Order: sequence, then structure tokens, then C-alpha cells
Amino acid sequence: MKLDKLRATRQGYGDGLAELMREKSDVIALDADLAMATGSSAVKKEFPDRFVDVGIAEQNLVGMAVGLSLTGYVPYASTFAVFMAGRAGEIIRNAAAYSKANVKFVGSHSGITPVGDGGTHQCIEDFGSMRAIPNMTILSPCDYNQAKVLVKKAYDIKGPVYIRTSREGVPEITDENQDITIGKAQILKDGEDICIISTGFPVSLVLEALEELEKDNINAAVLNIHTIKPLDKETILEYADKCKKVLVVEEHNVLGGLSEAVAAVLVGKDGISFDRIGIEDRFGQSGSKAEVLNEYGLTSENIAKRARNLLAK
Amino acid sequence: MTLAAIIDAAPTPAVAAATAIAARTRQLAIAGIYRAGSGHPGGAMSCADILAALYACELNIPGGNADDPRRDRFVLSKGHAAPALYAVWAAMGYVADDVPLALRKMNTTSQGHPHVLDLPLSETSTGSLGQGFSAALGMAMGLRLQAIPARVYTLLGDGECQEGEVWEAAMSAAHHKVSNLCALVDYNKLQSDDRNANIMGLEPFATKWRAFGWHAVELDGHDIPSLLAALAEAAAHAAGPTVLICHTIKGKGVSYMENNFAWHGNVPQGELLEKAKAELGGRV
Repeated sequence: MKLDKLRATRQGYGDGLAELMREKSDVIALDADLAMATGSSAVKKEFPDRFVDVGIAEQNLVGMAVGLSLTGYVPYASTFAVFMAGRAGEIIRNAAAYSKANVKFVGSHSGITPVGDGGTHQCIEDFGSMRAIPNMTILSPCDYNQAKVLVKKAYDIKGPVYIRTSREGVPEITDENQDITIGKAQILKDGEDICIISTGFPVSLVLEALEELEKDNINAAVLNIHTIKPLDKETILEYADKCKKVLVVEEHNVLGGLSEAVAAVLVGKDGISFDRIGIEDRFGQSGSKAEVLNEYGLTSENIAKRARNLLAK
Repeated sequence: MTLAAIIDAAPTPAVAAATAIAARTRQLAIAGIYRAGSGHPGGAMSCADILAALYACELNIPGGNADDPRRDRFVLSKGHAAPALYAVWAAMGYVADDVPLALRKMNTTSQGHPHVLDLPLSETSTGSLGQGFSAALGMAMGLRLQAIPARVYTLLGDGECQEGEVWEAAMSAAHHKVSNLCALVDYNKLQSDDRNANIMGLEPFATKWRAFGWHAVELDGHDIPSLLAALAEAAAHAAGPTVLICHTIKGKGVSYMENNFAWHGNVPQGELLEKAKAELGGRV
């Protein structure tokens, strides 16, 4: 990890989108008066004819994007995750997913890391609602570089995609020219004692926790699930079988999130111990970054502790 | 009556064509709902003349081909009037009569509300109110950006205009001066549970649209010449979007359904079916 290079996935979205729009004349960006925050402002000046601000109107944001896709455009629509997956969720379901509309939905400021804004803006349920919609692909980059790559890869999927990004900067984890495949887990570190599975912002915390675990001679494998749906069951099963201990770390409600999805993959498999760190079915709250992450157990110390506990079982 | 008066009173070929399409649309829509055992006859009957005027005289969809990028688009935002939409396509010869007659049947393309993957002429899937309007706006903007001179029409229900998304789209269409978009409202004054006025009043309706920046025209939505004149006016209005507020009668064409919200989602049986058949001209 390059700790000196803190950048957020939302910035990766904006920069990736700008590069994509230079290459592809059919990409059009939409936002609902949050372009500065979601990162889509990166394209506003360069492509004034291919940037539509719909104002503070998320239902129409999604509906218009669907209409634009039906005339041949590939729309990327962005707003905060809570307004995209939540407020406009039914429009994503009915107008986009049901018709396999070729629209990319970007929900930024996901999870509890918009720590200042408090519970109204801390979206902890978007994976759950988006996962339960047929035809959806769900992407969740862990750092700036990966966000850039996934924004471009989403273009090649001819159908609806939800991309979850975060407000907070994270260290550089992945390479600019990384070779990843949608639907395939990224093995950030191989290991055989315990398999730690994560996605998005907390991946950087998992990597920090590794230093602690290595002190105890614990050799952990780390899987980065950049594609929440379709989930790479094969790799998860392979590592569960190899390590026998599985810990999932997510910045999402444990109901409907990655941990539940992984647990479903492990149902019926003998001899595997499972634990999870996530939001235990409660809303977020305001505070400093350190206070909020600590309150919800999303710290490298807690990850290392829970991993040790799991190994002691 | 003088010869000149008789000639003036005779329907033009366009009016005659739309009138015939409307009659067939009503027959097939009622037949489809009867066979399905469920559906929305009231709102299908109230918009039959609007659909007929659009498809017979206004929309340029060569051969009924939904693949032609230069075609005009029609989006039934009030998707529960699907029986009438499938029926008008059949009346136009775009689809077989089987499409309206298989309404709501398993393993057919005739979903209870239009699904674009099953029936591409739907343009987008509708039925969740407000969404078709937004999608139509997006289509109109997409066509304009590509300098394709096609127009986009969308039909909304009056109750549908209680949805917030409708006014989000209305504000946006006017802001972006999307003049290739024409919205029509099937203003039959009734919704599922009661009269609009008793559930959530819409008046002053035209004033609201005008305040949102739309060119608004009010007309009799069952009078084909008025519909054709209003559609021509909408096409000529280049400053922004136009809405045609079509005053209609819910259940129009079947006497006992007219102005009765109980027929929003009810199916005629027995004697009532026979009466509907007789009133709609038999070929049901």
C-alpha cells in the first residue's frame, strides 16, 4: 500500500469517466446537483453537451438516463448512494433493470464513512436492495485506481450496473494497469490460515490488519470482492476450503450485504468457521472519522482481534 | 343541408381512419380484458381515441418497426392502459390480434403492463407511474443531441400526475426546452379509488403545466379533429415542450362504464359483456 497517496473511489469515478468519455462518444453523464461530490464534475467542463444536471430530482435522474440509453447513449448517472439506491431504487428496478437498460448508476458516499453527515446520508443498505434486483451487476472498487478501471469495464456490460463509491480517501492498493475481471475476486494476498474477504473502503483496513496478524505468524489470505454481483462463488469456496476460517469485513448492514452473500455460499460446507464485521442492523451517526469507524468496529485493530478469535475457535 | 355543408361535415380521410382505428382498439381492448379476467377497462376506453389519433395520423413509425432509429416514439406512461396499447397496435396491423387477446396470459409477450423486452414498440417498460414520462424525456433529449428529427409522445393518466416524478420531469423538460416532446394527459377525472378531486385534486391543472413552462392546450380527447389539430399545434411549437390536456370520459364507449370509477379495474361478464359487445360494434 502506498500510504502517501490517499484518494477516494469517487475521484477515481470522475477521472475514469473523463477518460472513458474521451474514448467513447456515446457516453453521457448525468448528476443531480452533486457533481462536485460524486466526482462527475470532472467531465462537466470538458463535455458540456454530454453532461446533464437534472437538478435535485433523483427519480427523473434515473428515468431520463433510461430514456437516453434507449436512443443509443450509455448514460452514467451519479448521486449519493442513499438517494440512488434508496430514493430512486424503484425506478432502477422498473425502468432500468426490468428492461435491461444499458445505464450505469453510481452511488457515492456509501457506507458510514460520510461521517459528518450522519445517518440520513450514510447508506448501509444499497448492496441489499440492488442485489435483490434481477439483471443487476454490482461493482465496488477498493481504491482510486480500481474505480477508474471498473468505470471503464462497466461500459462493456450491456445492461444495468450499480457502482458503489466512497467519500473517504484510501491508500493506493491496486495498480493503475491492473488486470481484473468483472465477476472474479481479486486475490490481494495469498495465505492459508484465514481468509479475509472485503470490498470497498474497508479493504485498506484489512491490509493494515495484516501487519498485526503477521506478528503472530498468521498467514491470512485477502480477497477483494470488487464485483458483489455476480459473486465469485468459486474463489470464495476455494479459499474457504483451504483456510477453513472466513472473516468478512464490510461497510454495509450485515443484512443484505457481502457477509450474508458469502455466508450463503458457505451453507452446507462442513468444517468452516465464519465471522463478520459490518453494520449490525443500525443506522450510522455523526462523529469524527476515527470515532465513527471505531463505534462500528471498522478498524484494523478490531479486524485483527476478530481474526485471532476466529483462529482460536 | 346544402351540398357545401354536407361536404364540410364529411370526415377527412385522416379523421375517418383514426375513427375506425379507435373503434377496433376498443373492441380488442375489451376482448383482451375479458379473456384475461382482469385489467383496466375504464382507462383503456378513455384513451382509445387519443391512441388512435396518434398511431393513425401522427406517429411516423414506418412499418411499425421499433428498430428504426429515426422513428417517432410513443410511450404509454399510464402503463395500465396496456390493453388499449396492444389493441391499437393490432388495429394498425403492427402486431397480430393475438397480442391484445393474450393479455396477461402465461408465456406470452402480453404482460399486464408493457414490457419492452417482450414488445419493443412499448419503447420502455411502464406501469410504475411517472417513469414513462421521464424516459420519454430522456429519449427526446437523446434524439435532439443526435440531430434526429423524430418526435416523442407520451400519454399520462390524470391520477399519475400526482406522482412527484412527473413534476421533476416537467420541470426538466421545460428547462431544457425539449420541444420534440409532447405529453398528453388522459384527463378522465377518475382514478382507482374515487374522483381525482376527492383523492388529490389536480386543478388548476393547465395552469400548473404553464407555470412549469409548458405550452398547454386543452381539448376534447374524444374528438378526433380536435386531437389532430392539437397534435399539429404541438409539433409547430418550437419554444419548448407541449402538453395536451385531453378531457375524456373514463370507460368511454361502454355506457355503463362511463364516468364510473368502479370500472377502473373490473371485468365485464355475462349480460354486461353482451351489452359492451353490442355498444362497441359486435366484433369483440
